Amino acid sequence: MNKIFATLGLAAILAAPAMAFAPRADARTVTLTTQLRPYGGNGAYLAIYLTDAQGRFQSTLNVAGGKAKYHAHLRDWSRGHATETARIDGITGASVGSGQTLRVTADIADALIDAGYQIRIDTAVEDGRDNPGEIIAPLTSAAAGQPVSGRGYVAAFRFDM
Amino acid sequence: MLRHLHSLPGLFAALLIAVLASTGAFLAFDSVIERAGTTVPATGQVSLSNLAQAVQARHPEVERIVRTPSGSVIAYYFEADRPGAERVDPLTGQAIAPHEPSNLTRTITNLHRSLLMGDAGRAVAGLGALAMLVLCVSGAIMLAARLGGWTAILRPSRGTFWQRLHCETGRLAVIGLMLSALTGCVMSLVTFGVLPDGRMAETGALVAPLGGARLAVGQLAALQAVDLADLRELTFPYATDLTDSYTLATARGIGHIDAATGQMLDFTSNTLGQQMRDTLALLHTGRGVWPLALLLGLAALTAPVLAGTGAVLWCRRRLASPKIRANVAAQSADTILLVGSEGNSTWGFAVTLHAALTKAGHRVHAAPMNSLASSYALAGRLLILTATYGDGDAPASARLFQQRLARVSKTLPVAVLGFGDRSFPKFGAFAEAVSAALCARGWPLLLNTRLIDRQSAQDFAAWGNDLGLAIGTKLPLTHVVTRPKTTALMLSERVDYGAESPAATAILRFVAPPGAPGDRFWRRTARLPRFAAGDLVGIFAPGATLPRLYSLASSSADGVLEICVRKQPGGLCSGFLHDLRPGARIEAFIRSNPAFRPARCSQPLILIGAGTGIGPLAGFIRHNHAQRPMHLYWGGRHPGSDFLYEADLTRYVGDRRLTRLTTAFSRVPGGSYVQDRLALDAEALRGLIGRGARVMVCGGRDMARGVASAFEVILQPLGLDLSTLKSEGRYLEDVY
Repeated sequence: MNKIFATLGLAAILAAPAMAFAPRADARTVTLTTQLRPYGGNGAYLAIYLTDAQGRFQSTLNVAGGKAKYHAHLRDWSRGHATETARIDGITGASVGSGQTLRVTADIADALIDAGYQIRIDTAVEDGRDNPGEIIAPLTSAAAGQPVSGRGYVAAFRFDM
Repeated sequence: MLRHLHSLPGLFAALLIAVLASTGAFLAFDSVIERAGTTVPATGQVSLSNLAQAVQARHPEVERIVRTPSGSVIAYYFEADRPGAERVDPLTGQAIAPHEPSNLTRTITNLHRSLLMGDAGRAVAGLGALAMLVLCVSGAIMLAARLGGWTAILRPSRGTFWQRLHCETGRLAVIGLMLSALTGCVMSLVTFGVLPDGRMAETGALVAPLGGARLAVGQLAALQAVDLADLRELTFPYATDLTDSYTLATARGIGHIDAATGQMLDFTSNTLGQQMRDTLALLHTGRGVWPLALLLGLAALTAPVLAGTGAVLWCRRRLASPKIRANVAAQSADTILLVGSEGNSTWGFAVTLHAALTKAGHRVHAAPMNSLASSYALAGRLLILTATYGDGDAPASARLFQQRLARVSKTLPVAVLGFGDRSFPKFGAFAEAVSAALCARGWPLLLNTRLIDRQSAQDFAAWGNDLGLAIGTKLPLTHVVTRPKTTALMLSERVDYGAESPAATAILRFVAPPGAPGDRFWRRTARLPRFAAGDLVGIFAPGATLPRLYSLASSSADGVLEICVRKQPGGLCSGFLHDLRPGARIEAFIRSNPAFRPARCSQPLILIGAGTGIGPLAGFIRHNHAQRPMHLYWGGRHPGSDFLYEADLTRYVGDRRLTRLTTAFSRVPGGSYVQDRLALDAEALRGLIGRGARVMVCGGRDMARGVASAFEVILQPLGLDLSTLKSEGRYLEDVY
């Protein structure tokens, strides 16, 4: 009997986050593809986030690189993230190696699309330079699928809705 | 115990430590090279604002200026929207070359800290550092114990070639290695969050700039006050965002500078944690203090040598230690069997006794005499089998026995059995001494102390019988003497002295016999075993079960194995050797004799010998190419019959390998012995001893005793005595 309750409980715990991350009806799943240049260093830290047209931080979409102590090098994002209440545990992955491609998905509310918002990426590599706002791509239906190249480690970034 | 603590982490971590240490050495030398290629201006010579101004004049979109711990200055900038980086001359602010971080250095760094395996690798590297720390500490304690205490830690070490290489390399490097290991451990704990990180989070300016028109970087008052030597990193504000500020990180803390007013907006001093973190990094890498980096790098280079020699020593000890089947732990055994052995032959008897007792249902623990514990939980009896070394001294594995005996509180019934050769005057003297010491401390004897002559299996069986009666067990001891593994040698040359006289002596030179055509190819090249002058060669006469030992007068590097043999009346082995013709073969084995070897230092050496005792001494002189002062005193019978090595010794005096040759002949009118010549030279010898000279004596027992008493007289005015000299390793004897 106890075992059944325990199993049910466990199932509920496992299912809860899955339900929490299911796309809401008024949101769209966006695929974010970031291809890095073969810069030949240690794995790059990336933060992909939304800002408004003035560059004010909105929310975090994805973070590559799990050691929080290095997040200060993702300067703009880290300043904005300090004001964010949402946790990033679920959307943080490993750092991205030289020449590798990061492909992740994020849910973006419909209200933010074609409303003057931007997708930005900060990048940083150990012993290399930090590139806050390396990518700035307008979050518009027209810009979707169009590759943008960065001036630091990012060879090409595109998002598909 | 300490030995296990030293060898277990050593064995498991040898390869890991070798990787960590060699990559560490690479990084240390890399930073020394970087420092050597950098001009470091004196403090107060260069202001940061001037430098920044020069850089910005060249690259308007400069993003950051970084000063590395080694003192090079690197500027990161954008040009036509492409990022760039260049090394900057700290004095002028001019570009030196594009900054291209080395891929090799980066890979070696990752190998060093994570073995290229991410966090799992970091954990393994941390464990490697811990193992190295344990090895350093236990090694230092063992070395101190071996040399006779911490005050003696700088004395020349003794032992075999591998032991000396291991000890002396370790002694040279232990401080550097310990520093690397300790800081490495702490860094690993910081990485895994066990210790606080101490890193200061970089925050934006607490007070936002007003956003007025910007000044040129050279005009910022707050930057003009900063010396380049203090710079860590200067980050420029975004050109497009007028509310952004300069961020300045220095050795003291982090601050923000208003680009419009040039004033410091805020400054956060480094926390204690950050300072400790910086110090830790400095101590581990040596970056910024190049002599430390050099020291750490050189110390790290020795780690692979230590790992290799340590492994060799471990293997040798394993191979040399006797194989006891089913040896019971000391605290659960009912019978303790302690062995004092110099060349392992006594261990052979111990193995037989151990097997017989075990078969009779006893739980037996066998160990060297040096391992005497201060108490045994279950033991009902103690059995001691011991040889005697030299002139009544303790054999190698029993030197600490008397000292340890003083710490034992509970006595046990004990039986002592000595091994030796009845033809020597001090036959079994050490066994008698042990027995007397035990009696004096009130240990009850199970049996009277008995001595076994020349490994006699009959004597041993009889003793076993009596022991069986004493402990109420039937104890049949059938001992088969195991013969050491021998190599074939071929006599290549012999020089005879006084062949007709009753004291015929010969210098015999052996080489490795050429391989037979049918042998495998690696056996066809003739090779001698490894040995040095002063080591011993054991030779089996045909049909003999026991070898005879002779001191070696050459080392394997000479390409021949050379011994001096006097024909003993009725001597089986010396007779056999004297009858050998060139081309004849013998069976022999090498026994290392590290106790009789000249310490490697430049102090004068006083060599004293008589008769065939000249052999190893002549070997030492032959290799004295460094022309260390060597004074030879040698005694023979008659210059016409037995002046061994006469021509060689004359040549050695000529080319200064030998400083002075003094001879004494007994069978000439007014004849004298070598100890008489010592007494005549007392004043000169005192002078030499006063300058730290070492004495080595080789020859017969009577001569050695005469020399020793002559030296007691010589030393007296110096306030020294022979036992002091012996304990300092300055008076060595090889006596037969």
